[in-house]
Amino acid sequence: MVKSIHEGMQGPHGPKPKKSLSARNIVLYGFLLVAAFYWLLPLYVMIVTSLKGLPEVRMGNIFSPPMEITFEPWIKAWDTACTGLYCEGLKVGFWNSVKILIPSTVISIAIASVNGYALSFWRFKGSEIFFTILLFGAFIPYQVMLYPLVIILRELGLFSSLGGVVLIHCIFGMPILTLLFRNYFASVPEELFKAARVDGAGFWRIFAQIMLPMSLPIFVVAIILQVTGIWNDFLFGIIYSGTTNFPMTVQLNNIVNTTQGVKEYNVNMAATLLTGALPLVVYFISGKLFVRGIAAGAVKG
Amino acid sequence: MKEPVSNSEVAVKSALKGRRRPKLLRNLAAKIAAVPMILVALVGFVGCSVWSIFYSFTSSKSLPKERFVGFAQYERLFDSSRWQTSVENVAIYGVCSLVFSLTIGFLLAVALDQKIRFENTFRTIFLYPFALSFIVTGLVWQWLLNAEFGIAQVIRDIGFSGFEMNILSNREYAIYAIVIAGLWQGTGLVMALMLAGLRGIDQDIWKASRVDGIPAWRTYLFIVIPMMKPVFITTLVIIASGIVKVFDLVVALTAGGPGGSSELPAKYVYDYMFGRANLGQALAASTVMLITVLIILIPWAYLEFSQKRNAKHG
Repeated sequence: MVKSIHEGMQGPHGPKPKKSLSARNIVLYGFLLVAAFYWLLPLYVMIVTSLKGLPEVRMGNIFSPPMEITFEPWIKAWDTACTGLYCEGLKVGFWNSVKILIPSTVISIAIASVNGYALSFWRFKGSEIFFTILLFGAFIPYQVMLYPLVIILRELGLFSSLGGVVLIHCIFGMPILTLLFRNYFASVPEELFKAARVDGAGFWRIFAQIMLPMSLPIFVVAIILQVTGIWNDFLFGIIYSGTTNFPMTVQLNNIVNTTQGVKEYNVNMAATLLTGALPLVVYFISGKLFVRGIAAGAVKG
Repeated sequence: MKEPVSNSEVAVKSALKGRRRPKLLRNLAAKIAAVPMILVALVGFVGCSVWSIFYSFTSSKSLPKERFVGFAQYERLFDSSRWQTSVENVAIYGVCSLVFSLTIGFLLAVALDQKIRFENTFRTIFLYPFALSFIVTGLVWQWLLNAEFGIAQVIRDIGFSGFEMNILSNREYAIYAIVIAGLWQGTGLVMALMLAGLRGIDQDIWKASRVDGIPAWRTYLFIVIPMMKPVFITTLVIIASGIVKVFDLVVALTAGGPGGSSELPAKYVYDYMFGRANLGQALAASTVMLITVLIILIPWAYLEFSQKRNAKHG
């Protein structure tokens, strides 16, 4: 009985498989392989195109592997590709993105973790109402809030600056992160908290000495969520960061979609891969934690 | 649900000490910790939305001005052919994404739930685009759908020499390019959610249906899917709120073209707000977007909360 419950919690369900080469299995694996082919194709084409010289790209077939592998497009994409105004490549955008990413991730997670902890153990009158408003806010289209936020940032002297984008990322990351931490802390046994209270520990001490050490996994999930989310952002970067601080996604779009000059498809694909590299690496390394992050945000929400 | 013990404990403690702290100062650390949340909720979300709705009734151009014009901005909006195209496009995009990502995502989840080999590999493959930026997705598909060198050329090379596939510069079909790219990116998420839902179903269902001799497809259709209703509804809400927000994908893939034929509401708002300096018009459009989202959201929230309440009482 215990074993069957355990199996019910994890591992595949479905009817039991029959013979290995039944018609059912052929259909099943056929479907999965066709789907996997469709999903992998763009990644493959990106890689192959980025390693070809421009004449080969123009001559050949996008699926054919490069006859002569060249890293020129990668170097050009990183170092000298033009965005219409400047020809400094993606590296500027990369460092801007890093400068946006690190403070945004750290600040938003710090605020949200304390907040989730307060909402689980230190509720006060109205705390749930504010939290509900916050969650509703996650569904409001950004377009509704774009302009008033421009005004607020301008008043704070942060418009068109890195600080401005960081603040915006903290604001829009807050609902999902707070939800994530609140749900996690809600699963911590209340007795633990009460025991610490009896021993005379206060709000911050309980957080730092008891809650933090036991919540490292959820911090990892939150970091994955924020790193991929902030790195991939385009809208906030283009509006709030100002031309000199454009993040990588904005620069990428400017490089690829400039109308002037010859279209260098190989450089474009190298630039696209460079921009997608960080979230992809995070995704492939984190594996199940990534899924857990989106599932925690999505299903429980 | 936990009781807010802490309040009364603090109160008891300070009462024992002989001085009672004023109500506002009780549980002070938690209140300070919640200040960012309160600010974001009230100023950020509520305040900004109210501001936008308020100024959507003005004739503001590049700067907000309190010159009220009633519903004039809305009348102009609904008369604008560009807005009508945007709404049509978001409808096409929405219906296609919902139908295809739900069916394909569910089928993939079912396939992965058959005790197959390499389950992790397949799952990783289907979900990786979700980690990518919409800009990256848009640019890759722009290249794949390139009329000169893209997939079209491959088909010509196979032997169909007259083959033409020019979705991106076709006024009718450009929006479907966005659908294809969006599905590539988003279906993995649906699959992951559905798989989690399937794994949450009681395994005895399968034993029972096997004993009764019910074929697997009928078990899925008539027993499993109805049981997964909450998962479907949550997924639906997530996809729907994503559909309203689509912006980057269009910017990267078609830039709204050709000739504005693949415009979407989010881009309409952005263009009028920052490109054309017609704030009143942009805010009217964003208010319409907000109302649409609320129409989806409120019934769902009502269902969710009433279910939870029933579960607690029953």
